[in-house]
Amino acid sequence: MDTVVDILLLAFLAICAISILRLRDLFAMTMMFGLFSLISAGLFTTMDAPDVAFTEAAVGAGISTILILATLAQTSRREQATPARSKLVPLAVVWVTGAVLIYGTADLPAFGDPDAPVHNHVGPHYIQESGKEIGIPNVVASVLASYRGYDTLGEVVVVFAAVVGVMSLLGLRRRPPGLRPARGKPDPNDVLKVIATMVVPVILLFALYVQFHGEYSPGGGFQAGVIFAAAIILYALVFGLDKARQVIPPKVLNRLPAAGVLIYGGVGVVTLLLGGNFLEYYALAEDAKTAQHMGILFIEIGVGVTVASVMLLIYFIFSERGRGKRPDEGNGDGDGDGDGDGALSRDEGGTA
Amino acid sequence: MSFFEHYNYHLAIVLAMIGLYTMISRTNLVKKVAGLNIFQVSVFILFISLGVIEDGTVPILSPDHEVYSNPLPHVLILTAIVVGVATTAVALALVVRIREAYGTVEEDRVHEQDDAL
Repeated sequence: MDTVVDILLLAFLAICAISILRLRDLFAMTMMFGLFSLISAGLFTTMDAPDVAFTEAAVGAGISTILILATLAQTSRREQATPARSKLVPLAVVWVTGAVLIYGTADLPAFGDPDAPVHNHVGPHYIQESGKEIGIPNVVASVLASYRGYDTLGEVVVVFAAVVGVMSLLGLRRRPPGLRPARGKPDPNDVLKVIATMVVPVILLFALYVQFHGEYSPGGGFQAGVIFAAAIILYALVFGLDKARQVIPPKVLNRLPAAGVLIYGGVGVVTLLLGGNFLEYYALAEDAKTAQHMGILFIEIGVGVTVASVMLLIYFIFSERGRGKRPDEGNGDGDGDGDGDGALSRDEGGTA
Repeated sequence: MSFFEHYNYHLAIVLAMIGLYTMISRTNLVKKVAGLNIFQVSVFILFISLGVIEDGTVPILSPDHEVYSNPLPHVLILTAIVVGVATTAVALALVVRIREAYGTVEEDRVHEQDDAL
């Protein structure tokens, strides 16, 4: 049964990928892209990876899709016809690479084989010992926050570095006065408003649950962060950027990514001061399991703060940049730019 | 070991190749970023596939279960997804800047303008 679902989902993914390749209307392509991510989240669930599925659903279907839309609002909605150059070279490259990779899989152990080398290294240790050593049921959370705490610190710093990159590329300046184009529909749909009002608090509550219950069920800082950000982005889409900006003052939001990294690194420094190694939680409390609990709780908060604020900041920067200019501004490809306007103005609905 | 025991890996590779083809054959930069993301998801699928154990379950310890899937790929991939969206945002920010500088997001037009200088 699992196999059937698995193959069906993979087939859907392939269909979505091909339509992403073929669609000239980039708005439609973005929708297919969201679908692609959502289906891959389903696939991760069938492969027993709920933590990954969570993250992919919130990030891929939510945040990535919205970022691409925000980019489209500032570029153009239609892709230009590919110039009549040879498709032979790309096709040859793809076929040769694919053939080599598929040849390479012949040496891999069979799918689901319990004797595969990957399951005979540190994996069994995590499964068998983490209950005793860390004392929390979610093995993914103990590996992420405790066994591989250094790696996770590195990942959080990369996320932080990415937002610094986006800020330095697009800046944080407010839109220049007077440049704002008049939008067709200032008021968003009432149905959207009512539903958003009902749904947003629930999503925020769910994000907090995922954050603090992540040791016992699928969840943790990364998943909670993206879900939290997705809720506020939904609010911004329906009620407008300015209202959403009031929820978290920009001054605070701009400092939160750094604050999260500092919380994470700070836990490491505290363990150093208490006589342990960097991020060795045992120094935090007398009882080993309590110490691990405390360490994981704190660093997950750090991760959650950084991830949520980075996602929000990136969204705000993109949509604030887009407000200052008309999509049909500039020279170059004018085709189809205008009609992208109505569909994409949902980004900033209700701000007029 | 039959050929069909690797279907998951093969389909992941097919996805990766669609993503690669999107990246090298299309000139629109937004589409290239989408192709890159397809490639990225295919790598995620490959990693998670490697962690699957037959008849295993979600790696959350419970007295009712003995066999769990390998948690290590899950950790790698869930952080990679978040890092992936953050780096995608940087790529899209570059696309926005390219549009502002050149007035187009088609790669060949950008090259034309560069050559004309």
